[in-house]
Amino acid sequence: MRYWKILALLPLGLALGGCNLVVLSPSGDVAAQQRDLVIIATVLMLLIVVPVMVATAMIAWRYRQSNQSATYTPDWDHSTQLELLIWAAPLLIIICLGAVTWMGTHLLDPYRTLGRISADRAVTPQDKPLEVNVVALDWKWLFIYPEYGIASLNELAAPVNRPLDFRITSSSVMNSFYIPALAGQIYAMPGMQSRLHAVINKPGVYRGFSANYSGAGFSGMRFAFHGLSDAEFSSWVENAKASGNSLGKPEYLTLERPSANEPVRYYASVDNDLFRAILNMCVETGKMCMSEMMAIDAKGGMGMAGVRNTLPLAYDKFAGRGAVFGAEPSFVAGGVCLPGDQVTRMAEDSSPTVLAPLDWTPLQGRGLERPGLMRPSKASFIPLPTSKSNS
Amino acid sequence: MFDTANLTKLIFGRLTLESLPLHEPIIVGTFAMVALGGLALLGALTYFRLWGYLWKEWFTTVDHKRIGIMYMVLGIVMLLRGFADALMMRLQQAIAFNGSEGYLNSHHYDQVFTAHGVIMIFFVAMPLVTGLMNYVVPLQIGARDVSFPFLNNFSFWMTTAGAVLVMCSLFVGEFARTGWLAYPPLSNLSYSPDVGVDYYIWALQVAGVGTLLSGVNLICTIVKMRAPGMTMMKMPVFTWTSLCTNVLIVASFPVLTAVLALLSLDRYVGTNFFTNDFGGDPMMYVNLIWIWGHPEVYILILPAFGIFSEVTSTFSGKRLFGYTSMVYATVVITILSYLVWLHHFFTMGSGASVNSFFGITTMIISIPTGAKMFNWLFTMYRGRIRFELPMMWTVAFMLTFVIGGMTGVLLAVPPADFVLHNSLFLVAHFHNVIIGGVLFGLFAGIAYWFPKAFGFKLDPFWGKMSFWFWTVGFYFAFMPLYVLGLMGVTRRLRTFDDPSLQIWFIIAGIGAFMILLGIASFLIQIAVSVLRREQLVDTTGDPWDARTLEWATSSPPPAYNFAFTPVIHDNDAWWDMKRRGYVRPLTGFKAIHMPSNSGTGVILAGLSTTMAFGLIWYMWWMAAGSFAALLAVAIGHTFNYHRSFHIPADEVVSVERARTELLAAGAKS
Repeated sequence: MRYWKILALLPLGLALGGCNLVVLSPSGDVAAQQRDLVIIATVLMLLIVVPVMVATAMIAWRYRQSNQSATYTPDWDHSTQLELLIWAAPLLIIICLGAVTWMGTHLLDPYRTLGRISADRAVTPQDKPLEVNVVALDWKWLFIYPEYGIASLNELAAPVNRPLDFRITSSSVMNSFYIPALAGQIYAMPGMQSRLHAVINKPGVYRGFSANYSGAGFSGMRFAFHGLSDAEFSSWVENAKASGNSLGKPEYLTLERPSANEPVRYYASVDNDLFRAILNMCVETGKMCMSEMMAIDAKGGMGMAGVRNTLPLAYDKFAGRGAVFGAEPSFVAGGVCLPGDQVTRMAEDSSPTVLAPLDWTPLQGRGLERPGLMRPSKASFIPLPTSKSNS
Repeated sequence: MFDTANLTKLIFGRLTLESLPLHEPIIVGTFAMVALGGLALLGALTYFRLWGYLWKEWFTTVDHKRIGIMYMVLGIVMLLRGFADALMMRLQQAIAFNGSEGYLNSHHYDQVFTAHGVIMIFFVAMPLVTGLMNYVVPLQIGARDVSFPFLNNFSFWMTTAGAVLVMCSLFVGEFARTGWLAYPPLSNLSYSPDVGVDYYIWALQVAGVGTLLSGVNLICTIVKMRAPGMTMMKMPVFTWTSLCTNVLIVASFPVLTAVLALLSLDRYVGTNFFTNDFGGDPMMYVNLIWIWGHPEVYILILPAFGIFSEVTSTFSGKRLFGYTSMVYATVVITILSYLVWLHHFFTMGSGASVNSFFGITTMIISIPTGAKMFNWLFTMYRGRIRFELPMMWTVAFMLTFVIGGMTGVLLAVPPADFVLHNSLFLVAHFHNVIIGGVLFGLFAGIAYWFPKAFGFKLDPFWGKMSFWFWTVGFYFAFMPLYVLGLMGVTRRLRTFDDPSLQIWFIIAGIGAFMILLGIASFLIQIAVSVLRREQLVDTTGDPWDARTLEWATSSPPPAYNFAFTPVIHDNDAWWDMKRRGYVRPLTGFKAIHMPSNSGTGVILAGLSTTMAFGLIWYMWWMAAGSFAALLAVAIGHTFNYHRSFHIPADEVVSVERARTELLAAGAKS
C-alpha cells in the first residue's frame, strides 16, 4: 500500500520537473528578490508547520482508543509551561517574519528606484532608466516610449540590464500589469498612476498579462515581453519607427474602443501629450483635465460656477451612461486658464520627489475669508469664463 | 394616451422577452431540469397534503431548532448550485487550450465565476454556519429559544429571499459579470449597464438584513439567556466563537450594506461615489468592501473553530486543553480581523510602510490561530481518541488547514503578494482555508449534532465515503492550483495559450469530480440514514458521551428544550452533571411559556423579494407597491398580540414521561 502511494506520486514529480515555475525562477532581479522572500518565508513557517503536522499524525495515532496502553488523563487541561510554549513559538516565528517583511516591503517597493541591476551589480549614474508609459485598454495593452517617441500595442520590449521605469494607468476599468518573469504586479487604474521599477537580466521572450479581471476580453489581454540586447532593442525601435503609424489623440480614441485579442501593432510617432491626457482623462476635446480640476480645487474651488461648468456629453464611449434617475450625462468642461506653468506643475504626476507646496495659503472656499484673518483672500487664478456652460 | 411600447415599459421596465436566456442551451437545459424537479416536488407536496404541515410546523415556526434545520437545508441546496458552477469552471479551464474557446462564452463564464463566489460565501457557508449556531447555541446555554424568536424566523426568510433572487438571475436576465466583490468601475453603470450587478446588489442587501438581524439576535441570546451559573468563562467554546462571530457580523455587515447602497446610488441616481469621473473614487469601494470582507472570513471560520473544539474534546474523552487561552485567542482574532483588510490590495500602490503594517498585522493573526491548533493537539494528547466521523473531519482539518494558513501568511508578505496576488495560488489558498477549515468544520458539526436534531446517527459508511472523496478530492483539486499560481497563471481566465498548463487543470478537474462524488455520498448518507433510522436510533440523547449541555436533553429535544432550566457548575456542564450523578427530575413540571408561530416573516421576505425584483428591472410600480405593503405588514404585525402561549403542564409531563420510558427501554436493551 505504502509503495503504491509513492509510485502514485512519481508522475507528479515528473510533471513538476517539466513545468516552468516562473515565479520561482524569474529572469529579472526584482522578481528574483521577491522569489527569495517567498522561499525565506516558507522555510520560516515550515519550521513550525512540519512539526505540527507530524505531531498531529503521531498523537492521533498514539492516543487512538484501541491503544489502551497509552496514558489517559481525562482531566488534564492546563499547563503553564505548555501555554507559554504554544504562544511563544508562533510569536518568535512571526517576529522573524515581520522583520523580513518590513525590510523586504521597503526594499522592494515598486515605487522605489532600483539600487542594483543584479545581485552583483549596483546601479550607476550611467544606467539611465528607460521610461515606459503603460496604458491598460479594453482589452489590450498600450506601451508608450517617451524617450523614443514610439509606442507599441500588445508587445513590450526592453534592453537587458537597463532599469525600467513604468508609469501605469488604465483607460476604463481596473487591470493589473504583471510580467511574472520581470517583477511583481501593480494595478492599472483609471485616472490614477501607479509606478513599477524593474530590470530584466536575461534576454528572452516572457509572458505579460492583466492579473485583474476586467471584463469580457480579459482572457486575451496578454502581451509578449521581449528582453533584448542593446543592439536588438535598437533594431526593435527602428522597426517600430518604420511602421509609419502615428498615434495622436483621435487615433487613440479609436484604439480605446473595446476589442479583444488585438494583434501586435507599432506606432512610429506618438502625441507627446497623450499619456498625460489619458492619465488625466481628458483625451476628448473640450474635457477638463483632472490635473486642472485638482489645481482649481487646491485653490479653493470655483464655488457655484463649478457646478455649472459641465457640458452635455457630445461624444460617447461604448458603454451605457446616465443613471435612470440621474441627471443627463455630462462632463466637466475644460478651457480653464491658469497662470504660468501651474497646470503643468500640478499635472506633474506623483513623482517620488516631494514638491514644495505652490501656495502656502490655507485651503479656503473661493470668496470666503481666511479662517481667523479678516482680510480678503488672495486667490490668484482667473475666474472661469461661464459663457461655455450657458451655450 | 400611451402607446403600447410606453405601456409595456411602464409595466415591465427593462424586462423583455430577450431578457430570458433562451439562446443559451445550457441554461435552458438547466431550467428544464429545475422546472421538472420543482414541479415534481410541488406535486408530491400537494399529493401527500404536506402544505399545511410545512406552513404550520416549519415555514412559520419560531423554534430556533427548526429554523436552524431550515438554514442547513438552504445551505445544502445552494451548495449544489454553487458546486455546479465550480464544475463548469473546471471543465471550461480544462479544455480551453490550443485556440479552443471551450464551451462557455465570456458572457456566461464571467457570470459563472461571479455566481460561484457569491453563492458559496453568502448562500452556502453563511446559512450553514448560521444554521448550526441557531440550532446549537440556545441548547448549549440552557435556553428555551433565542431572544427574539420571530426575528429569527424573519432573518431566515430574508436570507432565503436573497438566495431566491440569485437563483432568479439564472433564468430571468443575468447575474453580475464582475467577480464576487463587484469592484467598480467595472460594476458601475458605464461598464455593467445590465441587470447583473443589480441582482448582485439587491440579493446581498436583502440577505444582509437577515444576517445582521440574526447576529443581533444571537448576541442578545448569548449575553442575556445563559442558564444560571454559566458565567462567560464557563460558556462552551462553540458558544464563545458564535458570540465573537456575531459581534463581527453586527460590526461589519452594516459596512457592506452602506457600500452597496453607495454603489446602487451611483447606478440608480447618477451619484459619483465610485465613478471614474467627477471625483469618484473606485479605490474607496475596494477599501470599504474589504473592511466588511476580511471580518467575513473570520465570521465563517470562528464557528468552525468552535466545532473543532467541541468535537476534539468529546471524542478524545478529555477536557479541552487551555480553555482560557482558547477564549482569548478567539477574542484576539475577532479584534485583529479588523486591522488587516488592506492585505487584499497590496498591489494597488499603497506605500511600503502601509503595506508592511497590514502585512504584519495579518501575520500576527496566525499567533492565536497557531495557539488554537496547539490546544487541539494537546487536547488529543493523552486522550482516548474515538475516530468517529466528526473526529475524522477534525484531523483532516488540522492537517489541511496548516497548509492553508502557511500560504496565507506567505501572501501576507507584501513582496510575495506582488507575485502571487490574484493568481491561482491565491485561489488555492482561500479554498484551502474555506474548504479545509470552514467546510470540514461544518461537516464535522453536521455529523456531530445530527443525532441531536433527529434522534438517530448518520450512516457511518456513506459518511466515510463522503469524507474520503472530499479530502482526497480537495487535494487533487487545489494542489495543482498552487502549482499553476507559481507558474504565473492568474485567476478568472477563460482561455489559455500555454499548453503546458493543461495537465494541471485536468488534474484539478478530476479533483472536482471526486468532490462531486463526495457531495453525492453526503446526500446518499442522509437518505440512507433516514431509511435506516431504526438501526441508527439514539434513545439516550447523548450518543457520543459528550460534555456540553445540549446533550443533557432528549434527541430531538422537546420544543421547550429543557423542562427545568439547568444550573451550571463547570464549563463542561453535562460532563460535570454526569459525573456528579445527576438525576433527571421526574415530577414537579409546570406550564412553559413559549413564543407563537407567525407567518409575517415569510410575507415580509416575499415582499422584499418582489421589491428587489422591481428595482432590478426598473418596474417602479412593483417596487413602490411592495415597499408600501412591506411597511403596512410590518406595522400590522405590531398589532399582533398573540405572541406567546403556554405549553400546559400536562403536556410537559407526558413528553417527559415518554422520555423516561425511552431511557428505561434503552438502558434495558
